[in-house]
Amino acid sequence: MSERFVSPRVKDIPPSGIRRFFDIAGTMRDVISLGVGEPDFVTPYHIRNAAIESLLAGETQYTANRGLLPLRKEIAAYLSDRMQVSYRPETEILVTVGASEGIDLSLRMCVRPGDEVLIPDPGYVSYAPCVTLAGGVPVPVKTEMSNAFRLTAGMLEAAITPRTRALIFPYPNNPTGVVMRKSDLESIVPVIVRHDLLVIADEIYGELTYEGERHVSIASLPGMKERTVLLNGFSKAFAMTGWRLGFACAPEAMMEQMNKIHQYTIMCAPRQSQVAAMQALRKGRENNYQDIETMRRSYDRRRRLMVDALNGMGLDCVMPEGAFYCFPSIRRTGLSSDEFCTRLLNEKRVVCVPGTAFGAGGEGFVRCCYATDIDHMTVAFQRMKEFLESI
Amino acid sequence: MESLKQELLELLQEDCRLPLEKLSVMTGAKMELVAQAIDEMEKDGVILRYRPVVNWDKMHVNRVEAMIEVRVTPQRDMGFDAIASRIYRFDEVKSVYLMSGAYDLLVLVEASTLKDLALFVSEKLSTLDTVTGTATSFVLKRYKQDGVIFEGRSSDGRLVVSP
Repeated sequence: MSERFVSPRVKDIPPSGIRRFFDIAGTMRDVISLGVGEPDFVTPYHIRNAAIESLLAGETQYTANRGLLPLRKEIAAYLSDRMQVSYRPETEILVTVGASEGIDLSLRMCVRPGDEVLIPDPGYVSYAPCVTLAGGVPVPVKTEMSNAFRLTAGMLEAAITPRTRALIFPYPNNPTGVVMRKSDLESIVPVIVRHDLLVIADEIYGELTYEGERHVSIASLPGMKERTVLLNGFSKAFAMTGWRLGFACAPEAMMEQMNKIHQYTIMCAPRQSQVAAMQALRKGRENNYQDIETMRRSYDRRRRLMVDALNGMGLDCVMPEGAFYCFPSIRRTGLSSDEFCTRLLNEKRVVCVPGTAFGAGGEGFVRCCYATDIDHMTVAFQRMKEFLESI
Repeated sequence: MESLKQELLELLQEDCRLPLEKLSVMTGAKMELVAQAIDEMEKDGVILRYRPVVNWDKMHVNRVEAMIEVRVTPQRDMGFDAIASRIYRFDEVKSVYLMSGAYDLLVLVEASTLKDLALFVSEKLSTLDTVTGTATSFVLKRYKQDGVIFEGRSSDGRLVVSP
């Protein structure tokens, strides 16, 4: 009955494709999950301790809307140090509740009713619903395995209409693990500029790249900063998912407006998370980001192990170069992504996420996370192998 | 080669039963190269032995361990090495370290009964010429050894599925 109070705009958003797996897995024992989307490390001790110290010191008040200024200064230093982009801490950086808040803020800031927003498909689950909630129209841009799931100028050009307002640019990519190298960026930038698009660059996995080349931020290319909202955070690089802390960077004219939304809806990100993040960056600057490097190396080994195992089972998989996911094709099984994952869970108690949770372009693929310990991964591979032989 | 060796050591310290194929996959180095690196480290005495980490408490066998702080008089020209080598030759002695601080050598000793262990200290260790004093502490419980937590392993606090 109370449903009449729910707005159609909200009601019409489809429920998340992973909820069902969560519910089934919850009723089972001895489940091995390759379905997680977060690091298997605990936040480094010194970072946790900084938050404890701050609590004990009684720092329990609001912070400035934009976040503690010393933290924003640390973020600015970090970005120029690691990502070769420069933002002014006073006017161009906003501390958010995870990069997730940044997605919402940037879309609400830019989208006018009916504006189209391009989203690489497959892509992270939140983009399309956030576009819809902002009053825009999400437009998936299908990327292909044959092209290593990279976004090309041709694909972009074909998807752009007079209503296109912005492009969500999530690289390194969840779920495909694909990165866009500098040369890839250079080939699409002219299209973006020609059509005067805003780029919302979600670089939450920017620290996790593996093939020897560091992540290149699209905002670092000539002329791009003025048309980019850069989103990042502490969840993946510093294993701080539960702290919910991220940041958004944009030229002042846009940031001013994003801050307005943030100020009226969030007020400020949790203070202790901000203090912890400050510690993460300060220490990182001192010891050359050792925490990140240790975790990155560990992911890298497991990445190779997983790709090798998947290919060994006959599941084709593009070598993922970033994030911590493999995105193998399950087409040869003849099953849909959803059938594959449901049966794998029911019959072998292994959780993978169907590619379709990340958009229609994910059909025929499943996402497997290698932020999983080697022993568990090894058992999971054995079970998957048995499963593949049984169908 | 040096960085490969370091990486291999990190992996083997976690699990020394990892087969060559897996080590090769995880380091991205060719299998022959991995085999060669391990071979070299074994020959050079970098890798001395591959052993399991055992929780003896679960085996219900008689076994007592003690850590003994030993004070000694260093000998001319030999320093502590001569006395250390006399001590580590006893079968009961599992580890010997030269320490900074209030005492000189830390000796880890294992025996099947408390009495055997006490006798080892009073008859074999204390009677050595250069030993000037010992302080024996018995191990009551092992919480963590070689980076492995023995009890109350922390479980994975993550959601089973998340986007």
